Amino acid sequence: MKPSAFDYQRVARVEEAIDLLARHGEDAKILAGGQSLVAMMNYRLVEPKLLIDITGIEGLASIEEKGGFVDVGAAVTQARLMAWPALAERLPLLAKAMPHIGHFQTRSRGTVCGSIAHSDPSSELPLVLATLGGQVVLRSKRGSRTLAADDFQTGPLSTAREPDEMVVAVRFPVRQAGAGYAFDEVTQRQGDFAICSVAAVATAQEVRLGVGGVAGRPTVTRLSGAALANPDGALNAFAWELGGSDDIHATAQYRRQLVRRIGRRIIEEAQSCRS
Amino acid sequence: MSAHAGAGKYLGRPMERVEDATLLAGRALFCDDQPTRPGTMHAAILRSPHPHAKILAIDTQAVLKRKGVKAVLTGKDIQAETDPFLIVLRKPMDQWALAVDRVRFVGEAVAVVVAEDRYIAEDALDDILVSYEPLPAVIGTMDATKPDAPLVHPLVGSNIPSTRHFTYGDPDKAFAEADKIVELTIDYPRNSQTPLEGYVVVADYRPDEKVFDVLSNFQGPFTVHPVMSKALRCKGPQLRLRSPAYSGGGFGTKQAMFPYIVLMCVASKKLGAPVKWVEDRWEHLTAAIAAPNRVIKAQAAVKKDGLVLGLRYEQFDDYGAYLRPPMPGPLYRQHGIMTGAYDVKNMTITNHVVMTNKTPSGMVRGFGGPQIYYSLERLMQRVAVELGLDPLDVMRRNLVPRGSFPYRAAAGALIESGDFQTAIANAAEEGGLADLKRRRDEARKQGRLYGIGYAAVVEPAQSNMGYLSTINTVEERHKAGPKGGNVAYTTVSVDALGGVSVTADSLPQGQGHATILAQIVADELGLHPHEITCNMERDTQRDPWSIATGNYSSRFSSSTAVSGQIAARKIRDKLARIAAQNLNVTPDKIEFANGKIFARDNPDDSIRFSRVAGTAHWSPSELPDGMPPGLSEIGVWSPPELEPPNDADQINTSLTYGFVFDFCGVEIDRDTGQVKIDKYVTMHDSGKLLNPLLADGQVYGAFGWGVGCALHEEFAYDKDGSFLSGTFADYLCPTACEVPEPIILHMESPSPLTPLGAKGIGEGNCMSTPVCLANAVADATGAKDLRLPLSPSKVAALIQGDEPPPPAGQAKAALPPMAGGRGLVGEGSTLVPAAPEAVWQTLIDPKSLAKVIPGCHSLDLVGPNRYRAVVSLGVGAVRGRFEASVALSDLEPPKSALLSGDLLGPLGTAAGQGKVTLVPEGGGTRVSYAYQVVVTGKAASIGGRLLDGATRLVVNQFFKRLVAQTQGGAPGGALFWDGIKRMLGIGS
Repeated sequence: MKPSAFDYQRVARVEEAIDLLARHGEDAKILAGGQSLVAMMNYRLVEPKLLIDITGIEGLASIEEKGGFVDVGAAVTQARLMAWPALAERLPLLAKAMPHIGHFQTRSRGTVCGSIAHSDPSSELPLVLATLGGQVVLRSKRGSRTLAADDFQTGPLSTAREPDEMVVAVRFPVRQAGAGYAFDEVTQRQGDFAICSVAAVATAQEVRLGVGGVAGRPTVTRLSGAALANPDGALNAFAWELGGSDDIHATAQYRRQLVRRIGRRIIEEAQSCRS
Repeated sequence: MSAHAGAGKYLGRPMERVEDATLLAGRALFCDDQPTRPGTMHAAILRSPHPHAKILAIDTQAVLKRKGVKAVLTGKDIQAETDPFLIVLRKPMDQWALAVDRVRFVGEAVAVVVAEDRYIAEDALDDILVSYEPLPAVIGTMDATKPDAPLVHPLVGSNIPSTRHFTYGDPDKAFAEADKIVELTIDYPRNSQTPLEGYVVVADYRPDEKVFDVLSNFQGPFTVHPVMSKALRCKGPQLRLRSPAYSGGGFGTKQAMFPYIVLMCVASKKLGAPVKWVEDRWEHLTAAIAAPNRVIKAQAAVKKDGLVLGLRYEQFDDYGAYLRPPMPGPLYRQHGIMTGAYDVKNMTITNHVVMTNKTPSGMVRGFGGPQIYYSLERLMQRVAVELGLDPLDVMRRNLVPRGSFPYRAAAGALIESGDFQTAIANAAEEGGLADLKRRRDEARKQGRLYGIGYAAVVEPAQSNMGYLSTINTVEERHKAGPKGGNVAYTTVSVDALGGVSVTADSLPQGQGHATILAQIVADELGLHPHEITCNMERDTQRDPWSIATGNYSSRFSSSTAVSGQIAARKIRDKLARIAAQNLNVTPDKIEFANGKIFARDNPDDSIRFSRVAGTAHWSPSELPDGMPPGLSEIGVWSPPELEPPNDADQINTSLTYGFVFDFCGVEIDRDTGQVKIDKYVTMHDSGKLLNPLLADGQVYGAFGWGVGCALHEEFAYDKDGSFLSGTFADYLCPTACEVPEPIILHMESPSPLTPLGAKGIGEGNCMSTPVCLANAVADATGAKDLRLPLSPSKVAALIQGDEPPPPAGQAKAALPPMAGGRGLVGEGSTLVPAAPEAVWQTLIDPKSLAKVIPGCHSLDLVGPNRYRAVVSLGVGAVRGRFEASVALSDLEPPKSALLSGDLLGPLGTAAGQGKVTLVPEGGGTRVSYAYQVVVTGKAASIGGRLLDGATRLVVNQFFKRLVAQTQGGAPGGALFWDGIKRMLGIGS
């Protein structure tokens, strides 16, 4: 369980990183927390020729609220965001979801943007980003672009990032006045990949309900009016739309049942904590 | 003999471990930390991705060209240098340290590369080209028993190399007189208690002495030392096994490393340099060991009041691909005590050894007990349910009666002491059973799912080394000669300054043996345990050892600890005689305390312990008449009660028998099926406790694993033979968050058969906890058939019933159920804006096909519509390079074709086929497809969770490119791509 040979370069500026990406493309990988990447390298599932360590880029270490979003830089660890004093006030859904991410040891290293870029269908952060309607900021030598979470996350471990691009920040929409937020997930053990995770944002008009761990990527549906008043039918349709698959931990049917049952509970919880 | 016989000053007291400081500060040197001599090379092992295949050829030419690579070995080298391992059954099922001609499980060692470091060695594994011819695999235990099943060992002619039938008492009469017959079939899963440090071997062949000098964390028993030396064609002393004092955990699993010891010995001999191999986690989970999974068909003949008249057991114990000695031990290790804690005189047992294409089974903590007690205690719960009685009442009615010890069980176990009724009564009282019942009733009133479970277990310790001969018939046993006993060695030495050192044969795996030995020796010699230096290393060239040496069957407290006391007493007797001479009293008057030796009735006139010791060293001539010189004594102990099986097939399988009674309350979440352990009480009668703190440590450890077995842990295979639990993300060991604090209770019925009165305590909860929790889940849900682990998904299926159908008009986006295993299946269709002929042309033209196959580096025609290709496949950053054969068949131009492919690469293998159908539609072509893919090897064992989605993505890539290629390679086709995504249920 040793990785293939690779080069390692620690960079001080984003420009250096994207310059290396432009030159090396798919052969290069950005190293931030390494909590998924390094394990995959040890299994030789991923064999980059170059690791570009961005943890020393000062400009990527910030958590900043602007224009209705909280921008989280690519070097910000999950632990740092959890410790951000305004988290519960400005990003209540994240505050509820983040304790479910791995373990405190992995959160101390793992980064917020790294989890988004990794795009594991069972991870909490991609689900929260999708449910809130957040954005991903990408940079390359060709320029900068900002994608909606839904456009960025294309499938299991797959994103719209081009090989010469790096994720420099993710943008979480701040708390909407009067909205209620709820999150829960079902795992076999504390910190495991979710069999099913559910997040909801309830406003006066509608509920945005996001589900992770069932389809190939986090998926969001909106419920309003009659469908919200009695959500069982809509949740059933959503569960079947997501499908799910069997693996050694759970059946597709079980996952769909969780969409229905946890979905209903989380909708109610989000509505009940509207202010 | 003296005042301190009985309760010792230190023995029996809760003393912290002398090992703790070293372990907790991270200063313990585990096997991988041990220094190796300069020039040591590092090995990596190539493993089979197939559950069953013929090895047609192995091409290693490229390997040695890689810089830093020193040697490569295959099965042929092993065949030349070694003999096959001896096995317990005389059947033609040879096993070697590397696969010869055929692989029989995913992960079987096929070749070994030795290089300057492990990185290079692993790089070089990719240079080995193995041609396999995949064969049908058999995975399910009962599937393997069918007449048409693929044969794991064709020369045996059957997948059941051994069946034995045993009858005790008059079971036919018992079943004829029964009011009711209660039946249950159990399918106990594969699991293992996984050590922190895996296998480590450093082998150093010394040609001048022809000695294989091996440092490893092998844990014994040393019954396999002769197996290894025979394989290596050397005399016993030429195989020197050294073990460090600290182990990264064993739990039985480190017995099964012996083939790797032989493998590294051969590698070192071939290379002329020391070779080190450190097993990694994937290797350990995939290929090291599992407790045998077992199918048990159990019947109880019962009277209306719950009295069990007789039992019928038929067991199918699944040993995977090979029978490594001492397999099939788990099927016989508990044989004498198959009736558990119950006074049942009539029983039949039919034992089948079953072979399948899974990792070979082996020794794992509990050693057959978890399987037995899971069936027996589930059966007792069913007796209660089916008769409408209270489960605990049924258990109590059948217990071995108070006052009947020593009690000879039907199959031969001699339970030497105990009081099961009092243990249960005390547990119920001290553990608050009445409160727990009220709690359950209250929860149920509120509509919650709450259940109480019970389990009673007789915990055997110190195996009778003859137990496995029960597998042979009486005639065969007479021919082979009797086997029994269990010899233990401890050496106690005193130096010229009175320093006391101890070595012993127990190969501790973290239990705290040094602490107990220090307590024992300190008590005998009137010293403090901190004054005793214990060196727990072992070296077969220097230290006494027997086939029983090692760490297994909870043998320490009734075995090595006793030999420690015997050795200390020999020293004590010598020192007492020397001191008596100086003090002018007879030796029987001598006492040892506080570092001094004195006459009991004149304690003020004492001699320092160190001074007496010095006399023995400096003035041997001053020793009392007839006393041999020297202050180093070996204590040897083998209890006489461990007799060979008798002609009625009765066998006293263990020396001591403790008792465990557990009860627990669980609550099940109706929405999620999650089982929450609300309360767990475990009562142990393990005879005299040598150190209550260490005893509780053993209970915690066994309990934690028991929780894992009940709720989380399983080595999973699909029906095709792929192994699916190769990481700790899929093999789920419970963590501190999942294991509640049990209430541990004790009572002490000393064993009259060992001088210390102690029994074993390390394995009871491995046997009691899984079934106790399962019985609670059964009580909560009313379910009869429960298969461990009780994952939320499985428990939800018990309580939730069918899910609602999809709404009218909404097709099932979910894929159809897996056909014949975890074969991934999918289907879809897309509209291509080109005529069927054009699409057809794209598929059959090698140049365009090369562009359609994702990640295709090269595509060479090797026959009509048959290609060999090199492709890079994967999702996201996960990419594997594969050699592929691709074929198009069943051609019906331009209507349909069958596209099939086989992939082989470092990430494993995949075999799949897809039917592609082309139908004209609106000026274009409707391309429909249905595929089935089987993935095995590394990718399946570490990426199972994402495999389905990844496969879909790769298939999508193919059709995306087909659309693009048919349109003349132009990009776009997004519309069609979206169509595919919709069909596959991904994306929105």
